[in-house]
Amino acid sequence: MSVRFQVLSSFSIDALKANKMRSFLTMLGIIIGVAAVILMMSIGQGAQQQVLSRINSLGSNLLTVMPGAAGQFVRSGNVNTLTLKDAQAIAKLTGVACVAPTVRGSALATCGNKTWTTSISGTTQEITDISSLEIEQGRFFSESDVNGISAVAVIGQTVYENLFDSGADPVGSEIRLSGVTFKVIGLLKTIGASSGGDDRDDTIYIPVTTAQIRLLGTTNQSVNQVQVQVQDINQISTVQDEIASLLRKRHRLSDQADDDFNIRDITQIQNTAQNVTGILTLFLAGVAMISLIVGGIGIMNIMLVSVTERTREIGLRMAIGATRQDILNQFLYEAILLSLTGSFFGIVFGVAGSKIFSYFAKWSTAISIQAVVLSVVFALIIGVFFGYYPARRASRLNPAEALSFE
Amino acid sequence: MSTLPLISCRGLTKIYPLSGVEVHALRGVDLDIERGEMVAIMGPSGSGKSTLMNILGCMDMQTEGSYYFDGVDTGDLDARELAGLRNKKFGFVFQRYNLLPRASALYNVEIPLFYSGMYGDEVKNRALAALKRFGIDDLADHRPNQLSGGQQQRVAIARAVVNNPLVVLADEPTGALDTTNSLEVMKILQKMHIEQSVTVIIITHEPEIAGFCPRKLIMRDGKIISDQFSASDVRR
Ligand SMILES: Nc1ncnc2c1ncn2[C@@H]1O[C@H](COP(=O)(O)OP(=O)(O)O)[C@@H](O)[C@H]1O
Ligand SMILES: [Mg+2]
Repeated sequence: MSVRFQVLSSFSIDALKANKMRSFLTMLGIIIGVAAVILMMSIGQGAQQQVLSRINSLGSNLLTVMPGAAGQFVRSGNVNTLTLKDAQAIAKLTGVACVAPTVRGSALATCGNKTWTTSISGTTQEITDISSLEIEQGRFFSESDVNGISAVAVIGQTVYENLFDSGADPVGSEIRLSGVTFKVIGLLKTIGASSGGDDRDDTIYIPVTTAQIRLLGTTNQSVNQVQVQVQDINQISTVQDEIASLLRKRHRLSDQADDDFNIRDITQIQNTAQNVTGILTLFLAGVAMISLIVGGIGIMNIMLVSVTERTREIGLRMAIGATRQDILNQFLYEAILLSLTGSFFGIVFGVAGSKIFSYFAKWSTAISIQAVVLSVVFALIIGVFFGYYPARRASRLNPAEALSFE
Repeated sequence: MSTLPLISCRGLTKIYPLSGVEVHALRGVDLDIERGEMVAIMGPSGSGKSTLMNILGCMDMQTEGSYYFDGVDTGDLDARELAGLRNKKFGFVFQRYNLLPRASALYNVEIPLFYSGMYGDEVKNRALAALKRFGIDDLADHRPNQLSGGQQQRVAIARAVVNNPLVVLADEPTGALDTTNSLEVMKILQKMHIEQSVTVIIITHEPEIAGFCPRKLIMRDGKIISDQFSASDVRR
């Protein structure tokens, strides 16, 4: 003898409808919690996807050699262990398709009466293959420009927009970088929207030799990094080992000495990025979970009030035959109904919020089915967990006492 | 070999622990009620009438003593079995009707059937039949606040008897009604007693109401001090 499920649900729906305001306020906690979990996770996962797709677009047959020991992210110029000569030596190794050494800096660019602070990438023509750069107008600089230490520049779209009137042909015009005059020989196509990191369109590419000698005054030929494209992706670790032993020999490192350079392949960077953004997502989800728990406490609070308020009703129901289980089920069902309805609206608001966020923040978000399932399951657990105590309390009441409750 | 009466109590006591001071609501009640009797319980307020009725209806447990219902020691039953008894064997009528305020008359009458595990059309048909029995089936979709006191009490009686109980327990059922409605309610209860041999136990203060009952108990200070059968049969 037990109440059928559909009857139970009608009991609960009636009770929730009877006090719409209270039901809504209870649900609000769950709505906000679920929406927050979905929104936060979509932001975190959006970031993750974007970072990974950017890394993937770099190509997976790439090795990046940087000066300094492994484990430290070196970008400063005070580690001078990697030189242009190293790059040239690497290029001669078998299995290496091409090599692009790069020195980086920033400079104030002037063109006519316009100025713009931008980043400078001193490199070789191989960079066009390695970084998938495409020319919109003019040409990229050539090997002879590099050998000849020519004062030529290829500019990115952002630089163009800031130094030239729109529609103007930049090719052939002169710009000044930190006082040195360069001739613009090419304009790059837009590389793509950037997320968080540096704007790759906001770069001026010049020959590495010119950058070292004329612009940055580097005397020891040191470079910030050497990007190596490997012919066969399956050979990537062999090539990595060869580069390492070559550099150790060139740098005359004793057997005991640590490497004074480090080589990363894309998968390593991918893993790191995935870990970092994964932690970010987890952190955001954790924060959101807390609001979900607070929502659960709200449910318990309201259920306790509801039990007290409806003590006479509980007494009456028991007087006409409700078992403890019937009473427990009814209140539990109410709690579940509240958290499920709350979850539903939470999903709606979370998804909408995520779309709005990505529209205004220009940060693409990714709504994952896991986030939705996770938050709903969590909301349900919370509903049952926090609904159980008041429900149990209601079911333990003595019918006579409950009925005479004032 | 003698069989037990439908209701058989021996030495019932009930002690409420009321903030340190113990209230002795019942002090040794012996009572036998046969199947099909109609009994009035009278006595000053606080004398333990409601306490006794709650125990008889398995709504509460005595502190000491025994209560056999239909040959079964209720002290041996668990909460679930007691709920089953309340659902199937007892029908309660209260002074304040105790209808669910937001539900229709029909729905109020249906609830005991739901708790019996019934569902669907059977529930609706039986509840409607119960309402019809008391001439209020046309009020089926009215809410309690759209009904007069007399109508509400009739809905409550319909709810009490919809499961064909053995015993109807009514705690001051006419306490909130005017004379006309009071007499109407009493006639309904009397009719069930006569036509269906339902055992009816009524708590009342009014001699006129008690006059409907062939047997009268008078309580004082938690004891039955008088137990009389009227000489003249008042069945009209
Ligand atoms: N739940 C309770 N807790 C404490 N005392 C109670 C409770 N119910 C009844 N009493 C006390 O028990 C005594 C008998 O009450 P009751 O059976 O309601 O009397 P009656 O119905 O005859 O007026 C009274 O003194 C009353 O105050
Ligand atoms: Mg009383």
